[in-house]
Amino acid sequence: MADNGDDDSQYRIKEGDYVVLKRGDIYKAMQIQPRKKVIFEKQWFFLDNAVGQLYSTTFEIVSGGNLQPQKHKDAESASDAKEAGTDNRNIVDDGKSQKLTRDDIETLKEQGLKGQEIIQQLVENSSTFRVKTEYAQDKYIKKKKKKYESTVTILKPSCRILAMMYHGREPGKICHLRYDTLAQMLTLANIHAGSKVLVFETCAGLVLGAVMERMGGYGSVIQMYPGGGPVRAGVESFGFPAHFHDMLHEFPICHVNALLAGTLDTTAKDANADEKLSDMAVEEEQNQPGTEQQGPDEQSMETSTGDDSGQDQEKKEKEKRKEAKAQEKKVKLEEKRRKLAAAAALLEGRNADGLVIASRFHPCPVLMGLLKFLSPSRPFVVFSQYKEPLIECYTKLKEHGGAVNLRLTDTWLRHYQVLPNRTHPLLLMSGGGGYVLSGTTIAMDRSKPAGSSELRNRHPKRLKLTDTEG
Amino acid sequence: MSFVEYSDFIQDGDVAIVYLGHDSTMPVKVQQGAQTQTRYGVIRHSTDLIGQRYGSKVTCSKGGWVHVLHPTPELWTVSLPHRTQILYTTDIATITMMLELKPGSVVCESGTGSGSLSHAILRTIAPTGHLHTVEFHQQRAEKVAEEFKEHRVAHLVTVRNQDVCKDGFGVTGVADAVFLDIPSPWEAVRHAKAAMKKQGGRVCSFSPCIEQVQRTCEALADQGFEEISTVEVLLRVHDVRTVSLPLPDFGLDPSAQTRPDAGEKTPPTSAPNHAAVTLKTTTPPREIPGHTGYLTFATKPRT
Repeated sequence: MADNGDDDSQYRIKEGDYVVLKRGDIYKAMQIQPRKKVIFEKQWFFLDNAVGQLYSTTFEIVSGGNLQPQKHKDAESASDAKEAGTDNRNIVDDGKSQKLTRDDIETLKEQGLKGQEIIQQLVENSSTFRVKTEYAQDKYIKKKKKKYESTVTILKPSCRILAMMYHGREPGKICHLRYDTLAQMLTLANIHAGSKVLVFETCAGLVLGAVMERMGGYGSVIQMYPGGGPVRAGVESFGFPAHFHDMLHEFPICHVNALLAGTLDTTAKDANADEKLSDMAVEEEQNQPGTEQQGPDEQSMETSTGDDSGQDQEKKEKEKRKEAKAQEKKVKLEEKRRKLAAAAALLEGRNADGLVIASRFHPCPVLMGLLKFLSPSRPFVVFSQYKEPLIECYTKLKEHGGAVNLRLTDTWLRHYQVLPNRTHPLLLMSGGGGYVLSGTTIAMDRSKPAGSSELRNRHPKRLKLTDTEG
Repeated sequence: MSFVEYSDFIQDGDVAIVYLGHDSTMPVKVQQGAQTQTRYGVIRHSTDLIGQRYGSKVTCSKGGWVHVLHPTPELWTVSLPHRTQILYTTDIATITMMLELKPGSVVCESGTGSGSLSHAILRTIAPTGHLHTVEFHQQRAEKVAEEFKEHRVAHLVTVRNQDVCKDGFGVTGVADAVFLDIPSPWEAVRHAKAAMKKQGGRVCSFSPCIEQVQRTCEALADQGFEEISTVEVLLRVHDVRTVSLPLPDFGLDPSAQTRPDAGEKTPPTSAPNHAAVTLKTTTPPREIPGHTGYLTFATKPRT
């Protein structure tokens, strides 16, 4: 504990930090906020005591929902396996083996016994525990531990942890993108520091965050977003240092056609943009009934009691407020325009180094639209929860040309239990983690579609088959 | 050209990847005046490559053509000269994420082998990270060091020719992550621990045999590693095909004929002789790699 290492400060939990809570295989992303009640795995507690502690510390949840750093590993196994049976021939499931009742256990809990001690009680009051095989005893303790131990580990967020967390908790929010599939995408797209990457995602910001982590603050990431604004709640959870956000740009896909046609004007004088932006300003105004509509009422009340000068002052104040608001709005719009111009400038060169698509939209138009922004000889990846739209993308690319090295894949992931004499695959596995189409752009050939190169390169014999693609 | 930074044009001294067709690539060292033979004819470096844009189509002497691509660790993995069994992209991608590699990470690796994983690690940890790679075979260590230089990543890597099980990684307390691909990883676990930062980090061991995994997991647990988890990941390729499915002929359907409103104009309901439905679908390759190795990951706690 007395390690006052100079670089240790970055390993300590601070107020305002984004962290991940962990118990067993369950994760939850959080921000450390003072006196904030946190509910995790049906238990509530406060994170205040975690501040100043080291990351990866495991805490015991004690009375009042306070956290207490766990003393180093309370001797792992509750029973040091004194006695064990050889098989289960004498074990009958009659529901009578546990002598403690539900109420007894509740009483123990109320007495403030820790998980470890409750498990000890359960073991001592089980008539069959000693007859169970050594393996079954392990399993029993493990199961009870899960139920009665109230510990939580606080981790520093990372792509690995967040991808596993989202997949485990809210797969629907990330289009059922499994973590190993995300891993394939990041690698196949050659995401690395110093490059310029386009990201189009509707995975809560997980994919965007993953790309940003791999770029380490070097280069630029342009989030191409659909609809009113970019969604990136997941990016917050990564807890990136502030300078990482300097590389992040955003561009609405509704302006892609204009940008490609060269008609997108991002200068302040642009009438079109002005109109659009002022439209939005009007909308905003309408969405704030509090200020405008309550005004007259206030005023009438004032007139009945106050004198002329008071009314005047009130009026002036109001004007002032209005002006300030308008000014603020103007600044915001200006900021928005500036951002749009910056992103447009990055895209205009059509020399991006990578493209990552993972969304609930049909990937075909997205891919065909955004591929135009890549330099030749750069990788791209498209994720979809479904295979058919990617078949369509593949076909379109073959017809259109402009890409080689096309591959439609998915990955199969299996976890193992590794224990002495009890090693086997886990009984449950994920049925699928989504599909990925990957490829590499090439310089466009004006005369002939590039797809024919595949044809020519195949053995003549295979041409007889009904297939048309390599 | 560098394996950690893109350029737009091919230059003398670059390593370029010639894309010959589906699943067929070859690396080429670009040299003024040199020539490369392909099955479509000769590529003349001075005229066909140097000064051209990466991604361009190059017409070979026999009239066939190929595309010249900028090298990436993934293209290198499928085109590199094998001196050993190598790790492929599916496993590499999983390893990279599960080891939490990112720019700035310090990584230890053994053995280096043919350098397939090493290049992918270097790409991810550049520009501020470092790779310490240990290979016990002298010629292999020399060869891979030479390749790192040619690929302009030598400043990010230290190659050591020693036995990791006996001599460790040659560094202590510096690594964020350690990767082991050796016949007896359990003998290197304590060296892995020693190489890692005191604040902790991640470790991965790749083994084809379950017996190796068994022993490695025991060694990891003994050395105090946590979150020990073994996985296997396989790539499933879906080849896109247009298939034609013939429709069977059940003969004339009398019940359809007797419908009163059918009229004489409606043709017979049975399908014509050659009727078929054409559709786009995917087929699996006839054979795929069904096993590469087990990946065992663990976390080293603060010590």
